[in-house]
Amino acid sequence: MSDPVPLLNVQIDGIWHQFPKGTRVIEACAQAGKFVPRYCYHPKLSSPGNCRMCLIEMGMPKMGPDKKPELGADGKPVISWIPRPQISCAQDIAEGMGIRTDSPLTRECRHGVMEFLLINHPLDCPICDQAGECRLQEFSVQYGTAGSRFLEEKVKKPKRIALGPRVTLDDERCILCSRCIRFMKEVAKDDVLGFVSRGGHTYLTAYPGRPLDSNYSLNTVDICPVGALTSTDFRFKMRVWFLKETKSICTSCATGCNTVIGARERVIYRQTPRENDDVNSCWMCDYGRLNFHYVNSEDRLTAPQIRLNGTLETSDWGPAIVRTAEELGRFRPDEVAVIASGRMTNEELWLARRLIETLGTPHHDVVPRWGEGDDLLLNADRNPNTLGAQLLGVANERPGENLARIVARVRAGEIKAVLALQEDLLEAGFTAGDLNRLTFLLALNILPNPTVEAATVVLPGAAFAEKRGSMINAKGRLQRLNRAIAAPGNAQNDWEVLRELLQQLSGTAGPYVIEDVFKQIAGTIPEMRGLSLSKIGDRGYQLEDVEDVPAAPAPEPAHL
Amino acid sequence: MDIPAELEAVIDEVIKHYPVSKRSASLPLLHLLQEHFGYITDQAIEWIAQKLEIEPVNVLELVTFYPMIRREPAGKHHIRVCRTLSCAMAGSYRLLETFCKHANIDLHARDHGGHLLKSPDGHYSIEFVECLASCGTGPVCMINDDFYEAVSDEEVPQLLQKYQ
Amino acid sequence: MGTVIRTPHPREKRIIFKNIDRPGYTPGIDSYFADGGYEELRKAFTMKPQDIVAEVKASGLRGRGGAGFPCGAKWGFIRPGETKPVYLICNADESEPGTFKDRYIIHQDPHQLLEGMIISCYAVNARLAYIYIRGEFPLGAKILERALAEARAHGFLGKNVLGTGFDLEIYIFRGAGAYICGEETGLIESLEGKRPYPRIKPPYFPAALGLYMAPTIVNNVETLCNVKHIIRMGGAEYARIGRPNNTGTRVLCVSGDVQKPGYYELEVGAITLGELIHDVCSGLKPGRKLKAVIPGGSSAKVLRAGERYKLKTKQPDGSMAEREIGIEEVPMDFDSLAAAGSMAGSGGVIVMDDSRDMVWALNNINEFYAHESCGQCTPCREGSLWMKKLTARMLDGGAVPADPDTLKSVADNIAGRTICAFGEACAWPTQSFVAKFRDEFAGYAARNVPAGGHGNGNAESQP
Repeated sequence: MSDPVPLLNVQIDGIWHQFPKGTRVIEACAQAGKFVPRYCYHPKLSSPGNCRMCLIEMGMPKMGPDKKPELGADGKPVISWIPRPQISCAQDIAEGMGIRTDSPLTRECRHGVMEFLLINHPLDCPICDQAGECRLQEFSVQYGTAGSRFLEEKVKKPKRIALGPRVTLDDERCILCSRCIRFMKEVAKDDVLGFVSRGGHTYLTAYPGRPLDSNYSLNTVDICPVGALTSTDFRFKMRVWFLKETKSICTSCATGCNTVIGARERVIYRQTPRENDDVNSCWMCDYGRLNFHYVNSEDRLTAPQIRLNGTLETSDWGPAIVRTAEELGRFRPDEVAVIASGRMTNEELWLARRLIETLGTPHHDVVPRWGEGDDLLLNADRNPNTLGAQLLGVANERPGENLARIVARVRAGEIKAVLALQEDLLEAGFTAGDLNRLTFLLALNILPNPTVEAATVVLPGAAFAEKRGSMINAKGRLQRLNRAIAAPGNAQNDWEVLRELLQQLSGTAGPYVIEDVFKQIAGTIPEMRGLSLSKIGDRGYQLEDVEDVPAAPAPEPAHL
Repeated sequence: MDIPAELEAVIDEVIKHYPVSKRSASLPLLHLLQEHFGYITDQAIEWIAQKLEIEPVNVLELVTFYPMIRREPAGKHHIRVCRTLSCAMAGSYRLLETFCKHANIDLHARDHGGHLLKSPDGHYSIEFVECLASCGTGPVCMINDDFYEAVSDEEVPQLLQKYQ
Repeated sequence: MGTVIRTPHPREKRIIFKNIDRPGYTPGIDSYFADGGYEELRKAFTMKPQDIVAEVKASGLRGRGGAGFPCGAKWGFIRPGETKPVYLICNADESEPGTFKDRYIIHQDPHQLLEGMIISCYAVNARLAYIYIRGEFPLGAKILERALAEARAHGFLGKNVLGTGFDLEIYIFRGAGAYICGEETGLIESLEGKRPYPRIKPPYFPAALGLYMAPTIVNNVETLCNVKHIIRMGGAEYARIGRPNNTGTRVLCVSGDVQKPGYYELEVGAITLGELIHDVCSGLKPGRKLKAVIPGGSSAKVLRAGERYKLKTKQPDGSMAEREIGIEEVPMDFDSLAAAGSMAGSGGVIVMDDSRDMVWALNNINEFYAHESCGQCTPCREGSLWMKKLTARMLDGGAVPADPDTLKSVADNIAGRTICAFGEACAWPTQSFVAKFRDEFAGYAARNVPAGGHGNGNAESQP
C-alpha cells in the first residue's frame, strides 16, 4: 500500500476546500463547482497553455517575518495575490493557494480571449457541424459580447481540406489550440499534424502525401473544441441537437470501448467514445466508431422467413418458431449443432447455452474472429464477448476449436441440423455444399448472407444498438449495451427469439424481462454472483479471476 | 534529389553537434540545403525528415515559420531591405522603391502569398525584411550575404552594378 | 554607403567595445592575444566554479538582453551537485528593433565573446554550449566559426581545456529570421528543432527544465562579454562602475533623429537621456524639437517630450529623496527608466523629433510585432495582427473615432495574459503611444484622405 495522498487546503472564490496533492488547479476549481472555461486543456494530453481562456487570479499565503503564513481573522492564511493572471491548466494546487475564478480581472481576461478568438472566426454557425456542441459558441454566451468592434478584414485560410480519409479540416474555424496535434503525437503516436506559417496566419495541416489516416484519427474530431475538424462521415448529416444519445459500448473488438450512440428516430448517425479510464480513456478507434452503417442498411432482415417448396417465404413469428421446434424434434441430439457468436450478449449466450442443453447436443462453438491488434485500443480478438461465450459455456478455452469437427461431421452426414446464431457459416469453415447437405438450417441474423439464403428458417434479430444486454471485454470487465434505436420491421431482440424457441422446445415458460435472464446467470455463474444489469452501471464492473475461464456448470432445470 | 557526397559529409558532421537529439539539426540542415539548392523543395523536406527520423510535417512547420527559408528560388542576387522603425525613419520605404525601379522589379506585384518579388529576368529578387540590427546606420540592406549601411538612393545603381 | 567608423566619444567608458572600430584590430585571435586575450580564462581556471559565480553575483551584473535579470542569480539556479548535463546558450539572436550592439562584438571582437562564454561554461559546469546567432548575420556566423576553430586550435575548447580536465564544445546555431527566438524558451525550442514557441513558466524555467529538459543558462552576448571583465577586475571592483543595482557599462544604441546615431558604451546611469541626445549624439537635426524617445528597444514604452516623472534617489545619508524630473533628466539606468514608466530593455534608444507622425511610427512597430508574433497563444496572435490592421487602416484614411480606445483595449487584453513577454513587447508601444499622443491618434478620424502612405513618417509630408 502506498501512502495516502495528502490533502491540501486551497481557497477558491473565498471558500476553503481540500483537494489531494497533485490536483490541477483547473480540476480543483471544477470540483469546487467553479468551472473554468478552457479550449486547449485536455486532461489526457500535455498542457501547452496556449488558449489563455483559463486565466484566473492566483495567490500564495503571505509570509510573516517569522517565515510562517500570516493568519487572518478567520484563522486562515492571508493570501498575497499575484498581480498577473495565471493559467489554471498547467499548475498543480499548493498548500494555502488562493484562486479567484470570478473576479473582475478574470472576467476581463475571458472576455478578451473570447473577442480575440472570434474576430477571425467565420460566422458560419448555421452550416457548421459543431454548432450545438461548440465550445466557442458555448463560452460566447457567457463571455462574449453581442456586437463586434473588429472593422478589419478577417484572415483567409484553407477550407474544406481532406486532412485524411475520415477527417475534414476548416482552418478558418481553427482556434489553434493544438489538441489534435498533441493527441496524434502523444496518444496515437503518429505525429502527422502540425502548424505551418506563423503569427495570425498560422494554420493546421498534414504534410502532402502523409495524410491523417491513423485508425484513431476521428478522436481529433471529438476533442476539437470548435468546428475545425469534422468527421467526413457525419458531416452535414444531422444537427447534433436532434440526436438522442445512448450510452453503450463498441462491439467491434474485445476492448469494448465505452460509447455514446447518436441516433434520431430509427437511424444511427454517429458513435463517439465515452470516457472510461478503466477501458478506453477518452478514445476509440475509427474502425469501431464507423462500424455501424450496416445497422442502417436497407437490406436488414425485417421478418421471419420459412422455406416452402424450396423458396423462403415471409412468415409471422409464431409459425417460424413452431416450424423450427418441429424440425429440431426430428433429430437425435448429436445430429444437431449450434454455432453461436462471440458478438452475442451474455444474455443471448446464456439462452443459447440453455438451448444447447435442451437439445442435448455436444456440438457447439462460437466463430473466432481475429484481426490485427495494436498497442492502444484495438484488440486482435474482434469478437466483443469471447470471454462471455467461454464463461457461459458456449465456447471452451479455445473458441472455434470444435468448428472443424462439426464441419467434418456435417460432411460425414452425422450432423444434419445446424442453428447458426448471428454467424455466417461460410466464415466458420463451411462451404456452400456443406450448407446444402443439411436437412435443417436455422439462421438467426440481421442481414442476408449465404447462410441466410440457404436456411430453412430465417429469424431476424437485432443489431448491437437495438438491444440491451451485457458483454465481458478482454480484460474481464462486464459492460452494458443499451438500446439506442428500435430494430426494423418485425425483427426481434435475439434473447426473446431464443426464449421463444426454448419455450416451444421445452414447453415451460421462460423469463419475461432481460433482467431475469441476467438474474439466472448471476445465480449460476460464480464470477457474476450478486450482480444485476443495473449494478453493472455505465462504466462496467471488473470481474475477478476471469482470465482462467471455467466451463459453465450445468444449470438446474428449474431455472428455465 | 541529388546530395553530393561532400555536402552529406558536412551534414553528418553538423548532426554530430546535437548528440542529444538529431531533430535539433533540422534548421541547420535547412540552411545547408538552401545554400546548395537555392531553396527548399518538397524533396529536401522529405530528405531531412528521413535523415533526422522525424515526420516531414515537423520540417514543414519550420520551413513555413522562418522567413529566411525559401520554398522557391530567389533571383541570382537577393536583396533584403530593412523595413523596421529606425531604417524606415531613415528612408527605407523609398530605398525599397528605388531598388525596385533600378532592378526592374514590380513592387506592386507584392501579394500575401509570400512569393518573392523578382525582376523578369530573374536576376534580382527583393524582400522587405524586419530589423537587420544596424539601426544606427539606416537605411541598411543586404545583397546576398553582403551588408550595406546608410544606403542612399543615389548609390543604388552603382550598388546593383556590383551584382551582375 | 560602406562601413561607418567612429572614434569613441570622450564620455564613453569602453570596456566591452574597447576594440570595436579600433584601427588595425581584426577578429583574428592574434589581435585578441596582442590585447591580452584569454588571460582571464587562465585566471578563471585557477578559481573554483562557485567562486566565479560568487564574483559575478558580487559584480551586480544584470542581463543585457532586455529583461535585466541579475546574471549571478540566474547562474545560482544551477544546483552545485547537478547530475543532469548543464547547457549554456549564448543568445546572439539580437533582434529588438533599435538594438545593434551584438553585431559589432560578433563581427569585430568574437574572441571576447568566446572567452566570456568559456569562463561562464566553466562556472556553471556546462560541457556543451551553443551560440544561437540570428540568421541575418551570415558573415557573423562565419567569423564566429573561424574564431571557434582558432580557440580549439589553442586548446581553449575541446577535450581537457588547457589541461584542466574540463571538456567543452561550443557550436554555432543559425536562426532564420524570427524575433521570437530571442525569447529564451523560444530559442530553446528552436534549438531543439521545433517551432520556436515559448514555453510556459512555470514549469519550464530554463535553469531547471531548459534545453532537452536539462538545466540551461541562456545569456546575451554583451552579458557574457562582461564576465571576462568581471574576472579581470573582480566582482567588487566591477560593481564600482555604474550605480548600485545598475552596475557596469551599457552599450547604448542610438538611432533615429539625432545628428550622430550609433553605439556608445557608457557607465550605467552616468548620463541622462538629454546628455545622451545633445552631448554624446550631437543633438537633434537643425531646427527640430524632441518629440519622443523609445529608450530600450522598440518594445519599451515611449517617453514623450514634456512629461514629468517622479524619481526616488538614495541620498548620501541613506535616506530616500523624491524629485520630479523631465524626460531629458532621466538617468540611463535600469531603475530610473523603470521609474519613468519605461525600461532600459536592450539599450536601443530611438529618438523621434517633431517631424514624426506617431500613428505612422506605431504602425511601423505594430507591423513588426504582427510579423514576429509566433502565433502560439491567443491574445498575442490575434491582438498583434489586429493592432497592425487598425493602425494601417488609420494611415490609409479609414480612421474612426473609436480607434484610440479600441487600440488601447486590444493592447490591454494582450499585456500580462500571454505565454511569454512578447505580449508586453507588442502591447506596450500601443498602450504608451495612444495614451501619450492621444490627440494625434484621435485627430486621424477627422481626416478623410489617406495620410500619405507608409513613407518615413514625416508629419509635414502628410496632408
